[in-house]
Amino acid sequence: MEPLALYIHWPFCLAKCPYCDFNSHVREGGVDEGRFTAALVREMAFEAGRVGRRPLGSIFFGGGTPSLLSPAAVGRLIGEATRRFDPVAGIEITLEANPTSVEAGRLAGFRAAGVNRLSLGVQSLDDAALAFLGRRHSAAEARSALATARTIFPRVSFDLIYARPGQSEAAWRAELAQALAFGPDHLSLYQLTIEPGTGFAARAARGELRLPEAEAQAALYQATGEAAAAFGLRPYEVSNYARAGAESRHNLAYWRYADYAGIGPGAHGRLTRGGETRAVRRVRAPEAWAARVEAEGGAIAEESALSPAERGREMLLMGLRLAEGVEEARFSARTGITLEAALEADVLAIALAQGYLERAGGVLRALPEGRLRLDSLLAALLV
Amino acid sequence: MTDTPIENIRNFAIIAHIDHGKSTLADRLIETTGALSAREMHAQVLDSMDIERERGITIKAQTVRLSYLAKDGKTYELNLMDTPGHVDFAYEVSRSLAACEGSLLVVDASQGVEAQTLANVYHALEAGHEIVPVLNKIDLPAAEPEQVRAQIEEVIGLDASEAVMISAKTGLNIEGVLEALVTRLPAPTGDGAAPLKALLVDSWYDAYLGVVILVRVKDGRLKRGQKIRMMATGAAHVVEQVGVFSPRMIPTDDLGPGEIGFLTAAIKTVADCKVGDTLTDDRNPATEPLPGFKPSVPVVWCGLYPVDADDFEKLRDSLAKLRLNDASFHYEAETSAALGFGYRCGFLGLLHLEIIQERLTREFALDLIATAPSVVYRVHRTNGAMEEVHNPADMPDGSVIDHIEEPWIKATILVPDEHLGAILTLCNDRRGQQVDLTYVGNRAMAVYRLPLNEVVFDFYDRLKSVSRGYASFDYQMDGYADSDLVKISILVNGDPVDALSFIAHRSAAESRGRAICGRLKDLIPRQLFRIAVQAAIGGRVIARETISALAKDVTAKCYGGDITRKRKLLEKQKEGKKRMRQFGKVEIPQSAFLAALKMDA
Ligand SMILES: Nc1nc2c(ncn2[C@@H]2O[C@H](COP(=O)(O)OP(=O)(O)O)[C@@H](O)[C@H]2O)c(=O)[nH]1
Ligand SMILES: C[S@@+](CC[C@H](N)C(=O)[O-])C[C@H]1O[C@@H](n2cnc3c(N)ncnc32)[C@H](O)[C@@H]1O
Ligand code: SF4
Repeated sequence: MEPLALYIHWPFCLAKCPYCDFNSHVREGGVDEGRFTAALVREMAFEAGRVGRRPLGSIFFGGGTPSLLSPAAVGRLIGEATRRFDPVAGIEITLEANPTSVEAGRLAGFRAAGVNRLSLGVQSLDDAALAFLGRRHSAAEARSALATARTIFPRVSFDLIYARPGQSEAAWRAELAQALAFGPDHLSLYQLTIEPGTGFAARAARGELRLPEAEAQAALYQATGEAAAAFGLRPYEVSNYARAGAESRHNLAYWRYADYAGIGPGAHGRLTRGGETRAVRRVRAPEAWAARVEAEGGAIAEESALSPAERGREMLLMGLRLAEGVEEARFSARTGITLEAALEADVLAIALAQGYLERAGGVLRALPEGRLRLDSLLAALLV
Repeated sequence: MTDTPIENIRNFAIIAHIDHGKSTLADRLIETTGALSAREMHAQVLDSMDIERERGITIKAQTVRLSYLAKDGKTYELNLMDTPGHVDFAYEVSRSLAACEGSLLVVDASQGVEAQTLANVYHALEAGHEIVPVLNKIDLPAAEPEQVRAQIEEVIGLDASEAVMISAKTGLNIEGVLEALVTRLPAPTGDGAAPLKALLVDSWYDAYLGVVILVRVKDGRLKRGQKIRMMATGAAHVVEQVGVFSPRMIPTDDLGPGEIGFLTAAIKTVADCKVGDTLTDDRNPATEPLPGFKPSVPVVWCGLYPVDADDFEKLRDSLAKLRLNDASFHYEAETSAALGFGYRCGFLGLLHLEIIQERLTREFALDLIATAPSVVYRVHRTNGAMEEVHNPADMPDGSVIDHIEEPWIKATILVPDEHLGAILTLCNDRRGQQVDLTYVGNRAMAVYRLPLNEVVFDFYDRLKSVSRGYASFDYQMDGYADSDLVKISILVNGDPVDALSFIAHRSAAESRGRAICGRLKDLIPRQLFRIAVQAAIGGRVIARETISALAKDVTAKCYGGDITRKRKLLEKQKEGKKRMRQFGKVEIPQSAFLAALKMDA
């Protein structure tokens, strides 16, 4: 059986960043860590009861800002997970951390609790850009957090947000060169997206904020790929760059459409049992989620079986983000339909002819030109 | 029945270039003779439809009977026959004129003779009219009545020494016009005892009365209860009502020789009433019809398609309603691979086409795509057969065509000297052949033969723009001639888009093909794939453009939780896509069809 990926959501942050549409919340009066940790532990037990014993390939603490948790809480959750499931040798345990000094102080604790991979939300190495992004840390703090993290964790990745309003290609190349100079073996480089319902969306609607044009975005993306490649980092996913073997195994599970369980407010899961894949979504509001868990053991807001066609669409829209593409045999096994049945034949033909897609050795993959336009391609391609 | 003896009847039309004051004069005549009280008068009674009023042109001929007590002490019955104001309706104009004995030729004394002035005069002369020149707008400081008088004599060859000088606007010398009508126009002639012969001038649909027919009685009498026969169609009907317009409809017992009036006879559609037909008594028919009948034949065709496919039925009903009142316009169902279900519509000319299109959009609130207007080609096959083709899609393969003939027009253009060069260039670019070039005062008059196909695209617009609006234009059909024509197909990613194909002269094919490809390149938004737009004659590509693919469209971050959201978004997009018009996976916006067809940039 394929190992399971386990996602644990911590929904709290010190402040809400204006671009962010994640399920993150600010609680001025403080957060009752004990209550929420207990609820996470309980929901994990609940979920393990439903899923059954399985090998566990990875754990990912995401947020929100899970680095606000105490190392003790993190340790308790890791302990619970590894007791309920069967961790594989070399299990990957990632924690997302913000590079403020408070959190940096806990890094050693997280490592001691079992975290072996840190994903640091650096976002930018430029103070003005950090202010624009509403971040609570400076570039200097980010650098020192990064330096500390590298001494503590065997694997460190960090995130940057680019294609910001007014950002020139030269400026981005310079910033990226600084990032690459740290010699990371994994980077997540995201182009800024205006998400509905965020502060940035409101500013954009008022005309106060404008992203670069599509051509400029394409050029920035191209530049990013080149610079990363020069440092041996391959774009194994649309926005993720890694040295061979340093890919995020947890995130690969999503993109390869493997099984994953999600616990915590608003977490999603995809779980297969007896040939049926079910989509699970948990209650999103933190306090309501906790109350449900306390009352019922788990807080499932919605659970439904996915049809073969739906599975096919999901597997392709994730899998084509990966450089490695989608393996046809695995596709049929996971979805119950053939690749042919999932694709519009005429679009496939044009996409192959125009060099957007490649089909070879039983694998369908998006080539760089196709990946650059993946959303439109998928909209046309998927049946 | 009117009591007026035939020698006291005068039937007349007013002919004029647009804006020279025809409607204003008509209003004044109605007012002065008291046919309508001042209170009832609202300006320009005769032009009743909105679009007519806006464009200042008359589409349906109408008429009004005026009663005038002349200086000789006698009361005259003056029948003013309104004529359609545009050459698209040349045949209808000629029938209206055939119902009269004379015309008032109104010329704006500050403008002088224009293209339509000439065209209308020729129609009136053909109808054997006595023509009374009227110089209007002499109240204007810019009026030059003496020069215009000389122009009329010089260019048209009419004696203008007794032209009536008026201002229709201020009412100056309207009496002079009325007296001239009485003294200078001949009275009609006709035999009241002979079998009925009445000219069908026009017909229209009235919501209360059904079809109303406008007639001019030549011989015999037209009575209520009489069974009449239409000589061209053979249809017989019992007359329900006869009457005259004053300008309101007033029933009378009958209409005698020389009189103009209306009849109703439980006729369902105007399509059953052919303009120019002769009405006679079914029991005592005339042996010969009146001369000059000609069924109306569309000369310009285009496809009309609803933008929203769900509007097809609405389009069908709207066309039927329009046809109720305009038998000169034709339509038949057609399908296009590109545009779906629609209608192929035939018109008397370009203006007619524009008016119908505008009425469909405005009165019936329809969103339409119109394909390129096409003229009617005569295609001679190698096996000797001839067929008329007005849809490029119906053009047979080049291998079976022996030769093709296309229709020509004779165009008269008057233009101030400084714009003449531009006009001549335009005509030459459109394969024009100069027939004549003379001067009318300080204005040049160019007469050209032009293929109609070169005029249907945007000749008017170009004419106006190159002359800054100073050129006036008129045309008449001028036969068919052999021509080296080719069908140009437009291919999007290799698939022909039938609605964009067109027929052009071989010499212009390449440049038009290039122009249309270039325009499509600008009109079709970038899409997922790069798009090849090609123009081809048969299998040979004569022009090509590439629309590059959209630059970038990919979600930056996407993890576990996003899958559901992304999938649902995608499924919704897919639903929306199903309703779009796609051509080999390319979405062509509606606006592209309209704009792509404009011939010159
Ligand atoms: N100054 C002046 N203007 C006139 C006279 N007759 C008509 N007009 C104006 O010329 C324009 C066109 O007149 P109209 O009767 O609509 O012209 P039509 O297109 O020939 O029917 C209108 O603005 C009239 O008010 C006139 O005698 N003097
Ligand atoms: C779960 S989020 C944030 C984790 C952590 N709380 C932080 O702020 O560093 C993961 C990453 O998504 C990226 N991200 C979030 N919103 C984004 C947006 N609107 N446009 C581009 N990237 C975004 C950021 O780089 C962020 O680090
Ligand atoms: S970007 Fe990170 S810190 Fe900012 S609101 Fe979102 S989850 Fe919280």
